[in-house]
Parts: sequence; structure tokens; C-alpha cells
Amino acid sequence: MSGTDTPRLQVRGLTKRFGGLLAVKGIGFDIQAGEILGLIGPNGSGKSTVMKLIMGIERPNAGSVKLDGVEMAGWAPHRIARAGVGIVFQHSRPLHRQTVLEHIKLALLPDSLIKLFADPHVERRAREIAERVELGAVMHRHPSSLPFADLRRMEMAKAIARDPKVVLVDEPFAGLNAAESESFAALIRGFRAEGRAVLLVDHNVKSLAALVDRVLAMYLGEHVAEGTAEEVMQDETVRRVYIGGKIETRERPPDEARSKVSILEVQDLSVFYGKARALDTVSMHVREGEFVSVVGLNGAGKTTLFNAISGLLPYQGRIRFGGRDLNGMTGAAVARAGIVQCPETRELFGDMTVRENLDLGGYHLPSGARLPQLTWLFELFPILKSRQGQTARTLSGGEQQMLAIARALMMQPKLLVLDEPTLGLAPVILEQLSKALERLQQTTPITVLLGEQNVTFALPHADRVYVLEHARIVWEGNPARFAKEMGRGYLEAEVADGTSVHPGSE
Amino acid sequence: MTNLLRSPVLWAALLLAAVASTLPWWLSGYVLGVLTVAYYFGVFSMAWDLLFGFAGEVNFGPTFLIGLGAYTAAILDAKWGPPIPVCIIAGGLVALIGGLLLALPALRLRGPYFGLVTLVAVLLLQNCIVIFAGVTGGEIGMTVPDVLSVRAEDNYWYALAFLIVCAIILFGLSRSAIGLILQASGQDAVGAQALGFNVTKHKLAAFCISAVFSGVAGAMLIFYQGTASVSTVVDLGVGVQIIIAAVLGGRRTILGAVLGSVFLIVAGEFLRPLGQINTFVVAAVALAVILFFPDGLLGNLLRVTARERE
Repeated sequence: MSGTDTPRLQVRGLTKRFGGLLAVKGIGFDIQAGEILGLIGPNGSGKSTVMKLIMGIERPNAGSVKLDGVEMAGWAPHRIARAGVGIVFQHSRPLHRQTVLEHIKLALLPDSLIKLFADPHVERRAREIAERVELGAVMHRHPSSLPFADLRRMEMAKAIARDPKVVLVDEPFAGLNAAESESFAALIRGFRAEGRAVLLVDHNVKSLAALVDRVLAMYLGEHVAEGTAEEVMQDETVRRVYIGGKIETRERPPDEARSKVSILEVQDLSVFYGKARALDTVSMHVREGEFVSVVGLNGAGKTTLFNAISGLLPYQGRIRFGGRDLNGMTGAAVARAGIVQCPETRELFGDMTVRENLDLGGYHLPSGARLPQLTWLFELFPILKSRQGQTARTLSGGEQQMLAIARALMMQPKLLVLDEPTLGLAPVILEQLSKALERLQQTTPITVLLGEQNVTFALPHADRVYVLEHARIVWEGNPARFAKEMGRGYLEAEVADGTSVHPGSE
Repeated sequence: MTNLLRSPVLWAALLLAAVASTLPWWLSGYVLGVLTVAYYFGVFSMAWDLLFGFAGEVNFGPTFLIGLGAYTAAILDAKWGPPIPVCIIAGGLVALIGGLLLALPALRLRGPYFGLVTLVAVLLLQNCIVIFAGVTGGEIGMTVPDVLSVRAEDNYWYALAFLIVCAIILFGLSRSAIGLILQASGQDAVGAQALGFNVTKHKLAAFCISAVFSGVAGAMLIFYQGTASVSTVVDLGVGVQIIIAAVLGGRRTILGAVLGSVFLIVAGEFLRPLGQINTFVVAAVALAVILFFPDGLLGNLLRVTARERE
């Protein structure tokens, strides 16, 4: 047991670089035995990388990770695991032919090449752990036949089996319903009671608030705030990171778009990932020439919604585009029909030049139309013109995002779907991107569907706003009303069911 | 243990072994000869499945290990003529050393590169054999002075006994704690490391075990055939046949590899009257099985029974 002065886990100056991107910059914190620290930040903030650095899955470029005062930075993951660090992954990848009990037994085995048979106590201990995580009734079943929550329980059981001093949990409540979340919270409190140090990594502070002793917020790889859940929620920087600071709205000529017909209609759309429900009977529509923003915290289901619309996911419900049912169409067919998605991950061809990426986007255009389209895009994004010969990989994050949008526009979409374009971008870049979108709106009659966590970015351009929360649409209205009704409560995202509004249309 | 006794695979294997041991009384020497080769191929395929099915590494060069074992035994026998068991053990040892030298650097690579390195290793070995034609007989091959036996029945018994011993060891290993760790390493390396397992160590061990069994089986095979040549123990085509046999029989089953090998060799032999078409037909059947039953013969059977039990 450590003394009271040495923290169980001590992290200092942790830094990780991926090529030109500084993913984690000098992060440091302590976790005492029997303490739960929440690490929050939007997607791309580097919080998951911090977890991987502690576990040794990624090697830090600089910094120190000490367990009970022993330096572990740079160790291989199996050594760190044996020293007493356990991890609960968000997605389990169960073995193909083993039962739940065998998975737990695996975690109890020593790392030996000569021990052919497990010690007799292993079987008993595995059964005890299965009971503790409420898997007792299904321990002889194969994971493929289990519901999602049980798979997460199995991951939890594997971590418990290692008897770790430090437990890292990635998105503890993702994909779980309220009752399941509560039983997971109880398990995590159990870790604290047993004197383990716990690090919970999540998108937003709200889901962790009831559980954590302290919260550390990250943004763009940097430490932005630390304190109790309440303090972090009130922190101005955190609010700016999540909501994007002061909300400004810009009214567009009102009736111009409203008279037009719906180009995209989504009815009762549901999507499941294995057993996890990612979208729950979502209905929405986009009119011709309209700019619609879907706002919601990460994990709310925005990307899932867009992927379903783009024909990349199987779904239940109906999606109609220009009067045509999209069900059964492949992603390529949907793209040719005119819905072009610019995905969150950008999906650029990193080893090709800017020009080659754009040319690929315009591949299906008649040859006469290509050059004018390219000229127009270079007017929209002048920076790309000067970078034509550079490979996409060497561009900065903001330039890559512009290229991704430009490549999508090269396909002359009827509906442009932008998924989280601001992800991981610095504020100054956001402004450039915002200006480009404004020019886009002014120069073409394009229809845009934008998904954003950053409300400041999402609102100024929008004609209409949907709020997506926990796989459901909970609010619809115009930006001005959003500022009034949703503004303050958005970070906490506490829209009680009674107060949520579903106006059909204005 | 009790789980193992209830396993239908075990009982089916025992039954098949019992049937196989009665064959010499009612099959011709020619058929026994075909089966003898098929049994050695069965060991090659089982050893390969341990690496692919369990450790998750695709070894495109099983014949690198087999060839090392075969040629070591053949050269030893031709030059100095020690007792056959000494040659066979030496074959296994050299295959182990060669395998270690190959796997140590290759396992540091990720994705398809491990497979490519093993592929290149076969070509290298093939070139070495041609270059040192004075010792190895080059492309024509070399005659091995000693044989296990001249009687077809005896050779059949040797092959069957060897197959059964290898099957027990490899199957047992695959169902042991080590097999479990190996599967975890193959299917989710990061997850296995996070549970404290040194994934590289376990994969390396699997490669060594695979190498020893391949080398010994290769050495046994040349003492049955009386010759060692590139086209029978080193050629890439032979390696492809071993891989197809293992996949056909069922990945991650070990015993399925034996079924696949027997099918491939026996079918290839009995369709020989078809002439050139013969290899085409066998390959087409193998392709159809892999396309429509990607779990292989045994793998598919297991999945059906598992579903019925659940």
C-alpha cells in the first residue's frame, strides 16, 4: 500500500504527437486510491489518447506515468497491465468460440508458456466474478448471443479479474439504458470502495457528474479545466468549448425557403449497432435550398443519422429523397442520386495531392463542367488553390476540412451533408470555415444538412435547428428560438421530457 | 476436462481413427500409399492452423519450414547416414531454428507484411537449393538412401501413428490455457495485452511449435517417398495446397485440417484419370466450399451443433 503522499497514479507532462498533429499536450493529473476522476472532452480532444498512453497502447513522446511512484512511461502494455492497470474498452471484441465464463477465465490466467491447465481456483474465482457483474445466469452462453449491456458487463468482469490498482473505463455508459447505467455506476462505485483508482473517460460531464470525485476537461489536447463536476460545468472555457460561447443567430429572409418542397424526408428512422440502439424513431425533413443544423453532443446519434441517410447503414423506417425511397440503395447509388456526405473523419486520400483529391470528386462530371466547378471552388477556398500540388496528408486540420468540403462540392450535390466539420479545429480556423460556408450560401442555392456539437458554428447559417439527444430528436425550431429556449440548458442537456417541444413546423 | 469428453469432435475423431486403423486389411497398397501422403499433409495443415486459426498470423510459407526439415534429414542421411530417427529429429530442430530466425523479425511487422515475409522465405529456400545443387540435387531433387519401410502397410502405420500423436498434442494444446491465450492474442492483440499477456511471446511460441511439427513431418515424408525435391516439399504450390486444406477443413479446429488434407490428396489422386482437368475440379470444389462455407467442413458442423445447444 502506498503512503498518503504518493498518489496511486501520477501523470505529468504527457505529450503525444501523431505526424503533424499534437494530440496530447502536457497533460498531468493525480488519482488517489479510492478516487474517481472523470476525463471529459469533445471528440478529438485527445482524452482517449491519454487513456491509451497510460495503458501503453500508444507510446508517449514525453511525460511521465507513475504507478505508486514507479515510472511506467514507455513500457509495453502487457507490462503495464501486470503492474496493476486495467482497462474496460468501449467496444468488446469477444473471442469466436468461447463462453462468457471462458472469457473471464482467460483474464485470470498467468502469462505463461508452460502452464497448460488453469489452476483449480481459477474456475471458482471466474464464477464469483460472473455473479458479481450479474452474468451468473448467462455464463455458459457465447457472447454473440448476449445483449449489448451484458457484453459490457463481460468487459467489466475481465478488468475485475486482473484485480487492478488503477481502472480505466472508456465511455462507461455509452449505449446503455437508464437501469443498465445505474448498475454500471454501482460497479464503478464498488471499485472506489475497494480502494482502486478509477479514470472515467467520456464526452460530457453530465453523465459522469453523479459518480466522479473530480473532473478534468480537455480540448484540442490541452487541459482546460479541473475541479468538481459542478465547477467544471460552470467553467467559462468549458462552456465555450462545448457550446461555442455566445450564441449569435442571423435571420435569413424567412419565407424564401419555407415555401419550397421537402427534398429530404426521414420518417421513424431507427438504427441498431448490434444490440445498442443508436437512433430511436427519428423523423425530420429538409426543404429545397434550406440550411438545417442538427445539434447534439457527441454520441447523440448525429453521425449515425447521416450515415443512414447516405445509405451506409441498414435501418428501420423510411428515408425519401426527392420523392424517391432510398431503402436498399447502396452508398454509391445514394451519392449519385445527389446526397453527398462530407464525413466527420474527412476520409481524404492522404497520399494524393489536393488537386488529385478534387479531380476524383469530379470524376463523374462531364468534362466540360469540371474546370468551371474547380474554378468556383478555388474562389470559395482560395487556400486550396495555392496548395494544389501538396499531398492531403501534409495539410493542416483546417485545410483538410476545407478540402473535404470542396471535394464533396465537386460532385455537385443536391444535398450536402456536413458531419461535424469543426471537429478538432482551433477557433481561428472555425472562423475561416464559417466565412466559406457563408459565401457558399450566398453564391449557390445549395441545400445543406449540418451536424454539429458546436452551437456557435451551427446556428448562424441555419434556417432551422433540430436537437438530437440520446438517439432522439428532442427539439425543433428556428435559431432565434433555440437561443431563447435551449441556450443555457444545452451543456447539461437537461431537457425534461415534459418541456421538450415538437412543433410540426413553424 | 468434462467439457472435452462431451465434445462431439473428440468422439468423431476417435471413431475416424478407429476406422483408419482397420483400412490396411481391406484396401490396396496403392490406396494406402495415397493415404500415407495425405496423413503427412494433415500434420502440415494442423501445424498451419495453429498459426492461422489461433495466433491469427497467415503463414504463406509453410513449405519453408517443411522444406528445411525435409532437406536437413535428406542431406544428413545421404552424407553421413545416421539412424533415421536422428535425421528426423535434426530436421525438426533445423526447422525450429529457421522458423525462429524468420519469425523474430517478421512478427515485428503488422498486417499483411508477416505473410509476405514468409512468402519470400520460401523463394529464398528454393533458390538456395538450386544454388547448392551439388549437395541438394538442385531442381531434380535428391535420392534418400534409406526409407522407413518398403511395405505399404508399415508406411501407412507410421504415418497414421504420427498423425494421431500430432493431432492429440496440437488439439490438446489448442484447448489448453495456452490455446486460449493464443486465440485472444490472434483475435484482439490490444485486448490480450491489456490483460497482461505478452502477445509477441505467445505468437513466437506458436510459430516455433508449428515449425517443429512441420519440420518433423517433412522429414518423415521424404523417408517415405525416398526422394526430396523442390516440387514435393518446397514449391509454393504445395504450400497453397496445405493452406487450402486447413481452410477447407475449418479454421480454428485443428482436426478439420486433417479432413481437408485427406479430401484434397485423395480427390486429387482419384480424379487423376481426368487428366489436366483433375486439379481444376479439386480447386473448384475447394473454392466452392470456402465461398459458401467459410467456416470449413468441420467449422460449419461445429457451429450447427453449437447453435442447437444454445
